[in-house]
Amino acid sequence: MMSVLSQDFFQNALLAGTFIALACGLVGYFLVLRAQMFTGDALSHVAFTGAMAALAGGYDLRLGLFAATIGVGLLLGGLGRRGKPDDVVIGSVFAWILGLGAFFLTVYTTSRSGSGQGGAGTSVLFGSIFGLHGNQTTLAVAIAGAICVLILLIGRPLLFATLDEAVAAARGVPVRVLGLGFLVLVGACAAEATQAVGSLLLLGLLAAPAGAAIRLTDRPFRALALSAGLAVGEMWGGLLLSAALPKLPPSFTIMAAASAVYALTFLVRPRRAIAPDGGVNVKVP
Amino acid sequence: MMLAADVTSPTFSWNLVADFQDMWSYAFMVNAFRAGLVVSVVCALVGWFMVLRRQTFAGHTLSVAAFPGASLAVLVGFSTSLGYFGFCVAAALVIGLLGRKGRADGAEESAVTGTVQAFALACGYLFISLYKGLLEGPTALLFGSFLGITTSQVTVLAVVGAAVLAVLAVIGRPLLFASVDPQVAAGRGVPVQALNMLFLVLLGAATAEASQITGTLLVFALMVIPAATANQLTARPGLSLLLSVALGLGACWAGLVAAYYQPYPLGFFVTGFAFAGYVLAHLVRRGREALERSRERGPLHVGPLSVGPGGAA
Repeated sequence: MMSVLSQDFFQNALLAGTFIALACGLVGYFLVLRAQMFTGDALSHVAFTGAMAALAGGYDLRLGLFAATIGVGLLLGGLGRRGKPDDVVIGSVFAWILGLGAFFLTVYTTSRSGSGQGGAGTSVLFGSIFGLHGNQTTLAVAIAGAICVLILLIGRPLLFATLDEAVAAARGVPVRVLGLGFLVLVGACAAEATQAVGSLLLLGLLAAPAGAAIRLTDRPFRALALSAGLAVGEMWGGLLLSAALPKLPPSFTIMAAASAVYALTFLVRPRRAIAPDGGVNVKVP
Repeated sequence: MMLAADVTSPTFSWNLVADFQDMWSYAFMVNAFRAGLVVSVVCALVGWFMVLRRQTFAGHTLSVAAFPGASLAVLVGFSTSLGYFGFCVAAALVIGLLGRKGRADGAEESAVTGTVQAFALACGYLFISLYKGLLEGPTALLFGSFLGITTSQVTVLAVVGAAVLAVLAVIGRPLLFASVDPQVAAGRGVPVQALNMLFLVLLGAATAEASQITGTLLVFALMVIPAATANQLTARPGLSLLLSVALGLGACWAGLVAAYYQPYPLGFFVTGFAFAGYVLAHLVRRGREALERSRERGPLHVGPLSVGPGGAA
C-alpha cells in the first residue's frame, strides 16, 4: 500500500482529484439548489459524445469534451429556463446525442483498425484517474482551480439570483447573464471531471456532496464549504480505498464513498433543513 | 458492429422481398424483429404515460439500473433477463418509496435521484471490471446489440410485456385521471399514491425490456421520443397513444434493418430515426400553427403536452 502511495500515478491522481472534487463540490451545490440536476445529467451525456467525436476526428479528446459541454451549456442557457416541459425535450435530444456518441465510438474503434482502441470509450464513460500524466495533471489543476475561483467570485450574486430571482432582478443583479455563466461553469466542470470519474459517474460527484451538505446545514455559505470539503474527502477516501484494494476501480470507490456519506446523512440528521413541502429551506444571508 | 466481419457484408438491393427473405434467414434477425415488436409497443405505451406524468428523470434513472443488473448477471452467471428485471423493478420500488416524502421537483429529490443513478452505474462498472472473461465489453450492454437475443429471451420479453400491458389496461383510466389532475382524482377516491407506485414498477419492467434492445443508455429513444412526437401531432389521448406505438415500432424496425446493413451500433440507428421523426413532427406542428394563425382562427393551438382533462373524460 505504501509503495502505491509514493508512485507518480497515484500522486498525480491525488493532486488532480483534489481540485476536480473541489470544483464539483462548489458547482454541484448551486446545481442542486437551482434544481438543475437534469441539466447536469444532460451535459454528462454531451461530454461522452464530444470526446468520441474528437477522437473519431483525430483531435485531442479534451478539445471535444470542453467544446461540446460548454457549447451545449450555452445553448441550454440561451434557450432559457422554461420550467418543466423542457424535461421531455432534453430527454429526446439527449437520447439522440448519446446515440451519436455510440456512432462516433464505432467510427473511432473501426477506423483505427479495431483492436486495442475499444478501451477509449470505456475510459471516457467511466474515467481513468490513475492514467493521468504529469502535464495532464498540471492542466487539470489549473482548469479546476480557475472554475473554483470563478464560482467563488459569482457566488454571492448567484446565490441571491437562485433563492429569489425576482427580487434579485429588481435589485439589479444580472440574473440571466449569471444563469448563462453558471451553465458554462457546469459545462467546464463536467468536461474536467469526465477525465477523473467518467462522463456517466460525474453526476454523482455533483449531486452527492451537495445533497449531503444541504441536509447537514441550512446556512448557504457553510453548506457551500461543506459540499466542497465533503467532495474532497470522498475523493481522497475513494483513491485510498482503490489503492488498498486494486481490484476495485477508483471511479467505483469514489462513487461508493460519496453515496455512503450521503446515505449516512439520512440516518444521522434530524429533519431541520427540510421544509414541510419537501423542498429545501435555505436562509437568505 | 461485428456484423460486417461475420456475415459477408450484406447489401441492400431495394428488392424488398428478397432483402427481407435474406435477412430473416438468420435466426438472430427474426428474434431481433420479434423482440423489437414487443419492446417498442410496451415502451411506447408506458412511455406515453411517463411523459404525461413528467417522470422522465425517474425513467432515466430506472433505465440506468439495468446496467448493473445485466453486468452482475454476466459476472455471477445467471440469466441476464433476470438481472435486468430484478434491478429495474427494485430501483422502481426504491424511487417510489423516496418519492413519497416530497415532490419530484424538489431540489433534494433530484440530488437523491442523481446519486442513485451515478452509484448504479458505478456498480455496473465494478461488475464489468471484475469480470475478466469473454465479454465483448460494456459497449453492447450500454448501447445495445441485437446479435445476442435468443428465442428464450424473446419468450420472456413477450410474457413480461403482456403482463405489463394487461396491468396498464386495467389501471389505464384511473392512471390517466390521476396523472392529469392528482388532487381531484384523490378527492374522488382514486388511490393516487398506490397508482404511482404501481406505475413506477411498470416503468421499471418496461425499461428493463427496452434495455435489451437499445442498451441501457438509449432506452430514452423508445420511451420518450415516440410519446413526445405523438404529442406534437395530436392532443387526443387515444390517437396519441396509437401514434406513439406506430412511431416507436417504426423507429425500432427501421433501426434493425439499418444496423443489419451498416456496421454501426443498433442504438445509434434507433435513436437517429426516432429523433428525426421528432424533429419532423415539430416542424409539422409549427407549420400547422402558422397556417392557423394566418387564417386568424384564434387561439386553437394546443401545446405539445397539454392533454386536458376534457380529452380524458
